[in-house]
Amino acid sequence: MSDTAVANMPAVTNEQSLTLLRNMLLQRAVDSRGFQLNRQGKIAIAMGSEGHEAAQAGTGLAFERGQDLLYPYYRNTGILLACGFPLADLFRSQFARVTDRTGGRSIINHVTAKGLGIASISSIIAAQCAHAVGAAYKLKYLKETGRAVFCQHGEGATSEGEWHEAMNFAAIHRLPVVFVCENNRWAISTPQSKQMVNQDVAAKAGGYGMRGEIVDGFDPIAVYQTVREARDRAANGGGPTLVEAQCYRFLSHTTDDDDRTYRSREEVETQRKLDPVPRFERRLVEAGVINEAALAALRAEVSATVNATTDAIEAEPLPPAAGLYGNVYEGPDDPWA
Amino acid sequence: MAVAAPTQTMNNVEAVRATLYEALKADPRTIVLGEDVGARGNVFLITKGFIEEFGPERIVDTPLAEASIVGIAVGMAMEGLRPIAEIQFADFIYPAFNQIVGEAAKTRYRSNGDYTCPLVIRTPYGGGVRGALSHSVSIEALFYHVPGLKIVAPSFPADIKGLLTSAIEDPDPVLFLEHKRTYRLVKGEVPTGRYTIPIGKADVKRAGDQLTVVSYGLYVHQALDAAARLEGDGMSIEVIDLRSIRPMDKGTILESIRKTRKLLIVHEDNKFGGIGAEIAAMVAEEAFFDLDAPIRRLCGPDVPAMGYAAPLEEEFMISTEQMAETMRELVRF
Ligand SMILES: Cc1ncc(C[n+]2csc(CCOP(=O)(O)OP(=O)(O)O)c2C)c(N)n1
Repeated sequence: MSDTAVANMPAVTNEQSLTLLRNMLLQRAVDSRGFQLNRQGKIAIAMGSEGHEAAQAGTGLAFERGQDLLYPYYRNTGILLACGFPLADLFRSQFARVTDRTGGRSIINHVTAKGLGIASISSIIAAQCAHAVGAAYKLKYLKETGRAVFCQHGEGATSEGEWHEAMNFAAIHRLPVVFVCENNRWAISTPQSKQMVNQDVAAKAGGYGMRGEIVDGFDPIAVYQTVREARDRAANGGGPTLVEAQCYRFLSHTTDDDDRTYRSREEVETQRKLDPVPRFERRLVEAGVINEAALAALRAEVSATVNATTDAIEAEPLPPAAGLYGNVYEGPDDPWA
Repeated sequence: MAVAAPTQTMNNVEAVRATLYEALKADPRTIVLGEDVGARGNVFLITKGFIEEFGPERIVDTPLAEASIVGIAVGMAMEGLRPIAEIQFADFIYPAFNQIVGEAAKTRYRSNGDYTCPLVIRTPYGGGVRGALSHSVSIEALFYHVPGLKIVAPSFPADIKGLLTSAIEDPDPVLFLEHKRTYRLVKGEVPTGRYTIPIGKADVKRAGDQLTVVSYGLYVHQALDAAARLEGDGMSIEVIDLRSIRPMDKGTILESIRKTRKLLIVHEDNKFGGIGAEIAAMVAEEAFFDLDAPIRRLCGPDVPAMGYAAPLEEEFMISTEQMAETMRELVRF
């Protein structure tokens, strides 16, 4: 995958480039902390998104805070942070503390922040795609131009019927939604070739009369430009787009998985050579956007922030057992009235 | 309901239609979506004329895709609209099971109240219309196990109006079941103007002191007929219409049993694991020593569905005579 120069795309300022870089570093630090904490027996599970940093930083930068709505999926640490979700709350989700926005109910990365436009999700693959489309219907129905919905998912999700139904409805009604497929080539142990015949997920958009775009998911600027363009088109009545950000999953699916059982080390090593994080660091240094000293300082700041947040949140209490009850309905839980 | 309130005679189709119409009039957040709800006005003509009056943005003819009819409605509800999704026949709700059980019912819970899902899913169910395997099923037992869902199944026009209004205003997802055999069969007086009936409140449709019959849907009407016949033989039978299946009105059932000391549960859905099993278990736990006879259940047989041929449908459905016979046995027990 090469850095594609995209014509007529929104320009990226140096400040935005640095935002992208910090988000990528932060995402990686949070995710690897999750794996560490799991190995230390401090959290029950972690889900890494190593390899998705550029795709998520770019998508998150395209998200208009206070306007747009995010229907994420479980591998979205970077996007959540980029859309304004507090770092401390991500750790509260990891540690399942009483302070977690779901009260410790939802598994790691399944967050909720209605005030930030970040939707609550289940783990049911592609279920959120229909919700995203319903949300986009609302924006169109209330004529809230200038706003768009982001619907995140993996390539495996595009085999689910609900994904297809959501795509179809969004296209029929020209809804303000951008489907962003983070194609990391693997769905747990199932490679893309067993998921579909298409080489490109984006080709599926054509079946719905929708625009499909492929972007190098290791290049955060290209992702930002493609997603932002799709987002602006959607927000201004131009209809939905399916963006396929081609990336790779460097780690096992979760801490409960062992990818050595189904894919070769050679494949992973080949992809690692394209690691978007060091590559984007070098690119910004070479372009003079950041110097080595400032880069070292940024890394140190991110690391210190993650350490401090980990310690602070670990010290917070677990939810009481009574937290299991309530919020089943607005009224009492009891099925007997 | 005020006794002197003016009323209008309606059948069940008209009651559903009038209530939807009033909801659409009252609140611009209300959206009706489903298959053929627009130009055709729904296969039972419930929404006939709505698309002309309210426009295609509010009366949405969806693609033929039940999972997303509910899933899109969930997203609308999460973002503050008040969708009323229609599943054309209850038999076609299975593709939407995931969105109902996995998503709608859990939205409030999993987000700890951050997001809610004020959604109504209306669907016609039930047999006696020669609908065969895929136009006759009862689905309530598949869903009443699910915390986070409410299920309502009224079968009198006035109850339909009050409960559908409550369902539309409810802050949580409600599965609203309409017995299709009663659509044009059952007529009654419906108070004009807006009113609500609380979800979770049963109604004693006939008072009696020798036997309690608990039912819902089409069979309430047959149970009332059977009870009326037995009155001539000096038998006094109380008939309770559950109206709401979840939450269910424990108080009304127990109060009645403590008076009559006998219980018959009648429902069209399959017997095994049905609504009656839960009622029987509850009564056994709470009122065992108040009973003078074993609890009886008259339910759909445990076969996948009723058949198309008339004898196969008749064999599945419980006749008024069967109900009367069982009531007689229990009263005499
Ligand atoms: C409906 C459903 N089926 C199966 C699973 C189990 N599962 C969790 S993640 C996953 C793979 C998803 O792959 P993809 O959509 O490509 O996203 P990725 O995890 O690779 O980012 C599977 C099969 C699930 N959560 N939901």
